[in-house]
Parts: sequence; C-alpha cells; structure tokens
Amino acid sequence: MSKPKGFEKPTGVRDYLPHVVSKLRYIEENVLQSMSQWGYRQIITPTLEYYDTVGVASSTSDRKLYKMLNNRGTTMVLRSDMTTPIARVMGSLLKEEPLPIRLAYHANVFRSIEEEAGREAEFFQTGAELVGVDSPEGDAEVIALAIACLQATGVQNFKISLGHVGFLSGLLEEALPGKVREQEALKDRLLNRDFVGFREQLSAFNLSNAQRSELEGLLRLRGAEDICEQALEISSNEQASASIRHLCKVWEVLEAYDISKYVMIDLTMIGNFSYYTGMVFEGYAAELGSPICSGGRYDNLLAQFGRSVVATGFALKTNRILDGVQLPVPQPEKPIMVTYDAASRREAFAHAASLRQQGKMVVTEYAAEATNDNLSSDGYGEIVHFKSGSPAISQ
Amino acid sequence: MSQILKVAMPKGRIYKKAAELFLQAGIPIPTDVDESRKLIVELPEAKMEFILAKPVDVPIYVEHGVADIGIVGKDVLMEENRDVYELLDLGIARCRMSVIALPDWQPGIQQRVATKYPNVASQYFRERGQQVEVIKLNGSIELAPMIGLADRIVDMVETGQTLRENGLVEMEELFGITSRLIANRVSYRMKSEEIQQLCDQLQKVIQPSTANETQEIR
Repeated sequence: MSKPKGFEKPTGVRDYLPHVVSKLRYIEENVLQSMSQWGYRQIITPTLEYYDTVGVASSTSDRKLYKMLNNRGTTMVLRSDMTTPIARVMGSLLKEEPLPIRLAYHANVFRSIEEEAGREAEFFQTGAELVGVDSPEGDAEVIALAIACLQATGVQNFKISLGHVGFLSGLLEEALPGKVREQEALKDRLLNRDFVGFREQLSAFNLSNAQRSELEGLLRLRGAEDICEQALEISSNEQASASIRHLCKVWEVLEAYDISKYVMIDLTMIGNFSYYTGMVFEGYAAELGSPICSGGRYDNLLAQFGRSVVATGFALKTNRILDGVQLPVPQPEKPIMVTYDAASRREAFAHAASLRQQGKMVVTEYAAEATNDNLSSDGYGEIVHFKSGSPAISQ
Repeated sequence: MSQILKVAMPKGRIYKKAAELFLQAGIPIPTDVDESRKLIVELPEAKMEFILAKPVDVPIYVEHGVADIGIVGKDVLMEENRDVYELLDLGIARCRMSVIALPDWQPGIQQRVATKYPNVASQYFRERGQQVEVIKLNGSIELAPMIGLADRIVDMVETGQTLRENGLVEMEELFGITSRLIANRVSYRMKSEEIQQLCDQLQKVIQPSTANETQEIR
C-alpha cells in the first residue's frame, strides 16, 4: 500500500464528532444507569492483555485478534471483548469476593477485520456479567436486564431470540451416538447458518427416516413457549430434554418479569460451542441488518483463569445501535454567548461564572467594538454583550 | 399484519428460472423485468419488493440487511463467504465448478490457475497440498490456458459446450452448483413468519430429485 495521505486513518476505525458523541453518551449513560439500578457495578480493565492468557481464552478467532509485541518480545493483544478480561479479574483480584458478583462495563474492543466497509475494527460494547448463579433465575435476570437496557436506550420494536446449545448437542448425540466428527460437521453447518448444507449432511449419514426428519424439523423449532413442548416430544436424550426443561423454566421467570412478549424461543439459534455452555440469546431491531445484542451462559471460561464458577452475560453492540437506530436523544441545550471588551472583562467573567454555577453552558469571546454587532446568534441560546461604560445588553 | 419482504434477485442467467419457480409457487412475479432497465419491482399483492442486482452482489445486499432474502448461486456463496442464512436449495441453474485444462496438461514447476473464483480455487488446491499461483480474471476464463496465461482454470461448467469448442477438458469437479435462497440474520427472525411461509411455498415446487442429485455429484 502506498503511503497514506494526511487525512486517512486505518480502515475500520472512526472519529466521533460532537453530535455523534452526544448520542453515544446518551446510550452509554442510560444503559449503565439501568445496570446500576439492577445492582451491577462498573469495572474497567486494560486495553492491552497478554495473548497467552486473555487472547487464547477469548472466543474471538485467532486471525481476528490484534496482536503486537511488547519491548520484551511477548505477544500482546488488544482486548477483543470484555468478558475474558473480566474472567481474568474474577480469577485474581476478585478471587475471594463472595458470589454472586454482578459487573457492568462500557468499553472499546478491537477486532482485526477484512478491509471492507461496514465492519469495524474498534467499537464499543456495553454489557453485564452475572457470575456465580447457575439457575434459570440467573439466565432470566440477564435477559431481563438486556431488555431493560434496550428499553432504556429507546430502541423501538426489538426482539430477543432464545436458544440453548445443550439441546442440539443432546439431539445429535442421540441420533449419531459417539460419532463426534459427524456431530461436529452438522454443528458447523448450523453455526454457519447453512441449512442447505445441514440437510445435505443429514442425507449423507445413515439415518432412519424418522431420525432424519426429526433433525430436519429442528430448523422449524421457533416460536413461543409451545416450542418447548414440541421439543420435549422430539427427544428422549437426557441432555436435550434437560436443556429444554431449563429453557421452560427461564421462560416462566421471563413471564414473571412480564417481558416474555419480547422473547421468542428459537432452537436453531446456537452460539459458539467452544464458549457457550447453556442458553444463548440474541437481540434484533427491525431497522438493522445485524444483531444489536448477544449473550449467554459460559460456564467453562472462568475455570481457565483458576476460578471454576458459572457465569452468564451479554453485551450490547453499542455502535450498531448508535448508527442504525433512531433514538429519542434529547437536543443539547444551546450555550449562552458572553462577549466583552478589554475594560469589561472582569465583569463579563463574573457573569459567566454565575451562569455556569446555575448549570448553564457559557461561551465567552473577546469582541472588539467593530465586530460587536456582526456576531451571529446561530448556535447560541442567548448573547450577552458587555461594553465598558454601558449596561449589559442581551440579544 | 404481515410485512413487506425485500427480495434481491440476480439479473441474467438465473433470473428467468427463479421467476418461473416463484410463478409456480403462486407468486405473480413478472418474468420479463430482466430485459427492462428497472432496478426495483414492487409486488404489493404478494407483499414483496424485488431488487434486481448483479448476482455476485446479492449476498452483499442480504448481509447488510437492505434486502431480507435473496437468490444466488452456490458458486457466489462459496466465493464470498457472507454471513447469511442459506435456507433452501432451489434446484435451479444447475451446473458444477471444475478444474479445466488442455488435454495434454502436465504439472509444471510453477503452476498457475486462472479463475473468477480466487478464494474457492486457492482453498481447493491448498486442501490438496498443492501450491499454485491464482490469477483472478473477470470473464472468458477459457482463454487463459489457450494463450498461456495459466496452465489450468477453475470455472463453472454447465453443458461443457464452450470447453469442447475450445479444445479444453474437465479434469476434476470441485462441487455441484444450484441456486440458493438466502436470508439476512435479522430478517430471518424479525420476519420469520413471512420467510417461513415463502420457504414452504417454494419447497412444494422445487424438483424433489434435487437433494439426491446433488449428493451424487459430490
């Protein structure tokens, strides 16, 4: 690549101009406020981590990690999510802290991306982790909090899809007992959202017609709580039915929160299997082509950092909400302009200070005699002129 | 209340076949829009809107969510690797992706492969432990081995007519190709009923032999 021109910045990173920042802060403040009202306390972790610890444990694929060497030649990564650094803290600084622990964060994360528009290399995530609760109550609390956060930002018309990785694992184990490679192939197809490939794989295996149509039927298991009953009938595998019973209980709790209307059960939805261990969910807004939040249960991650406890969490894709969703962001108040000449400087500053004390926004500007009347009132709520020897004039 | 489905349709070869399939499924899509210069065709009676795009662009529109669903060849999906749902094999526009060369081809020291599908070709040869140089061309790929730009090509073969006319032979087949129905990640959930209904309608008219034939090709 040729030497960059002066105005250029790397693909995938961006500048946030003031009007965008006010929307971003609006989202951030409202979401963090909700989380704090649910008892989740904020945590900040470093941008840089070791590749061998947080880098390896994170769910981000290796080629998407930003790696660099420090001055000793150790490989470092820019954090690609916040869940893994938090897991590291749980296993070290918070090791003795009694459970459950509720943590919230708002941070920039980094993913090395293909050079193409629409995929960001640095973006914000606002999220929460509930550590040490393995009941359906815990799962439901995290989903309820995600919904409360979406509502707090003012996103209209959103939906949450809820699934469980254990159901599929159990179902596949039942149909193809012990055949790990075949099971992996099918999971891969579903993870890549390749339903055609999934059906092709199924017909390539030696399955009875009943089993095949049962597994194909999986692709239709989407809807409300009745899906749970349908799914229970499909499988007698212990893991599969335990997963479904768990989801049913989560659903019950969601009903008590009175938010089940936002949620649909979707057993085709599966997360990254090496990472998620239980229920998984994703949130969608009608106006946006990609999910606005995702989360789930990851009971094995913390063990990698020496504290074997269960955890559930989610993160909002804050940038997507920022760019793609109309939000009721309040218009910022316009500042008051105070102009002054040399002799009235002291008086003007005192006036500005008292206005600021009242919480007003005040801009001061030195204005010589001639320019005094030319000052445009655009962008200012009010203009106050201080001139020596005459009283202050407001405009 | 059902919502409008935005469908990205590929212009050219696949359009007519896809339109026929939609007609059989009871969706009154005009079959001749391809010849007009219209880019967007509304079909309020079916609650659909068709966007006419270049085939390779269909998955891009769908991935970004400006179209809810789309129809595209498996060749494009394999090459582009987009994050979309692949819902149905429509069984139309059937052909295959193959390695093609002159009949007297012998592996040389520096092997070069010309193709419109550099990702597909690179991956295929890497998996077979062959290091080849891939040259991306945009059309008339058959020229490359004839005039010595590359010693082999990877391209789609429908009848094999063009190959025969130019004295080329098919050496290996990579995979079979048909057109697929794809869906955006969010639309698949936010418009799940509409999409499921369309899938069911199409499923009824898709040639039942499809799955088996694809299997044999593999």
